[in-house]
Amino acid sequence: MKFRALMAMLGGSVPASMIAVLVFLGIYAWPAIDYNGVSFLGGMHWNLGNLYADPITVAGVDILPGASYGIFFLIVGTLLSTLIALLVAVPVGVGAAIFLAEAVPPRPRMWLSFLVELLAAIPSVVFGLWGYAVVVPLMAHHVFPAMADALGWIPGFGEPTGSGFGLLTAGLVLSLMIVPLITATLRDAIDSQPAAVREASSALGATRFETVWRVLLPGLRSVLIGSCVLATGRALGETMAVLMVSGNALNTLPQTIYAPVSTMAAFIASQLDSALQDPTGLAVRSLAEVALVLCIISIIVNAVARLILAGVDSRHRRA
Amino acid sequence: MSVPVLTAPRGIVLQPGARNARLRQRKLLAATGWAWCAGSLVLLGGAMLWILGMVVMRGIGALTPAVFTEVTQGTGGGLLNAIEGTAVISAGTVILAVPFGIAAGVYVSEYRWTQWARIIRFLSDVLVGVPSIVLGYFGYITMVEWLGWHFSVAAASITLAVLCLPYICRTTEMALREVPAELREAGFALGAGPARVTFSLIVRSGLPGMVTGVLLALAISVGETAPLLYTAGWSSYLWNGHLVRSPIGYLTYAIWAFINEPFASANALAYAAALLTTAFVLLISLASRLILLRRSD
Repeated sequence: MKFRALMAMLGGSVPASMIAVLVFLGIYAWPAIDYNGVSFLGGMHWNLGNLYADPITVAGVDILPGASYGIFFLIVGTLLSTLIALLVAVPVGVGAAIFLAEAVPPRPRMWLSFLVELLAAIPSVVFGLWGYAVVVPLMAHHVFPAMADALGWIPGFGEPTGSGFGLLTAGLVLSLMIVPLITATLRDAIDSQPAAVREASSALGATRFETVWRVLLPGLRSVLIGSCVLATGRALGETMAVLMVSGNALNTLPQTIYAPVSTMAAFIASQLDSALQDPTGLAVRSLAEVALVLCIISIIVNAVARLILAGVDSRHRRA
Repeated sequence: MSVPVLTAPRGIVLQPGARNARLRQRKLLAATGWAWCAGSLVLLGGAMLWILGMVVMRGIGALTPAVFTEVTQGTGGGLLNAIEGTAVISAGTVILAVPFGIAAGVYVSEYRWTQWARIIRFLSDVLVGVPSIVLGYFGYITMVEWLGWHFSVAAASITLAVLCLPYICRTTEMALREVPAELREAGFALGAGPARVTFSLIVRSGLPGMVTGVLLALAISVGETAPLLYTAGWSSYLWNGHLVRSPIGYLTYAIWAFINEPFASANALAYAAALLTTAFVLLISLASRLILLRRSD
């Protein structure tokens, strides 16, 4: 066989995998998509129904009496935990990137950057373990009560502070997991800015910080936004760490920032065993629909990030 | 080109005192800014050391010889079954993902002008963004259910291989793109065919970058949990050599499952597994960093 044809064929495994994931999830989830309709996204209740009753037929589909599949609480949990993660990760990530690129001498910079990037290499379940064994007790006994005392006048920040498993803990652990993406991308981008720009800024009398803040960063706005969107995608799909610290709330919206939540990814991981108890199979198919929704959201977020970053690349090449 | 002449904006006359106040304000702003930046870095480094410290401190105490020589029994025993399972699943993943991923990377780099290369690169970027739990569920409905493989090495390795494919494709493409075009031209001018040029010339000079891609795949398959939950299952026995219809244990499952148990012996196994996994993944990261450094020297 010709070399090029062979490479093209083996390389086709990448598009084939991507298409297979969407097609098979779609086919498998179709009965659930058809049955649940729009109320799937807006519904508040994920209820398998009476597992001991005989299935009844509604609209041509066998379901258990009382079964309903709504994932609104998961969508809220996913978005809120990602939002908190971003609110923490963006300022910290940007600050660390500036310090690494501008204030640290080259030799230690290499190793310090490596240390920060190692955060991205730590397995998700180890973050979960750390969160479960260290962060959750610390939050429950010290941080959350103190926060409720100081910030209790803000709606959502008051009592009850709960068990430590919840939205804020999940957001904080998530933020550590996504920060290296922002820092690494932005540090490279600051590094690659031409020295002439810095010199011009200094010559005009700007301090070193003003040079970074007013001259370099505005030029890197697209890189910053792109890397943040990329980090968002990562946070949306993160499973194990969230599963271990979020409290896995079912069918409730968080009333305070400390309250338990669940995310789509963590829900898929935690619910298959119980969904398999449903003899009609609709629960497992509805779970596939959750996976499909999560997959599509992640793909869109990721595509947006790539488009933003690709635009930056082509502008650099033209310049 | 005319040089713009900088003049003070009209109407603004800075008094010496005002000027000093302004300067003080700017210096204060800069100091605050740097404090924020330094604080961020300290925070990140501190968190990193905190996590590592916890894993090492609690893991070392739990790392008894039995961890390496015994299989899991209830809430105690060792992790031999999980260590072996992780090794088997990772080996399967690398064996599956490397040829396909490298072929994809070679095609995307060497035939970058073709439509097919653009499609591969685009869908590779899309695949990177798919959450690993979604891939796990995909593996569950296709291989575990439809194909009837049940929880098995094959289902686990294929699922992880799909996860690793885009990373290997991307690192291979990056490594090969840096190889100068003159090298290819020289090869073709000497009468070598495309296969010869690619594997004797291009791949040889792009090798360090490609090795880091393979190491990354290894790190992913050792450290991932979510895609394995519904494809590998769990087993307290050693692997029986079957590729399908036989569940297999793995280290990350031990972390997740055993930390939730109310027994100290089970928790100790979780910390031991965390130390083994983290140490292995960090060593791989260090190795690929050193490879990249040696290349750039």
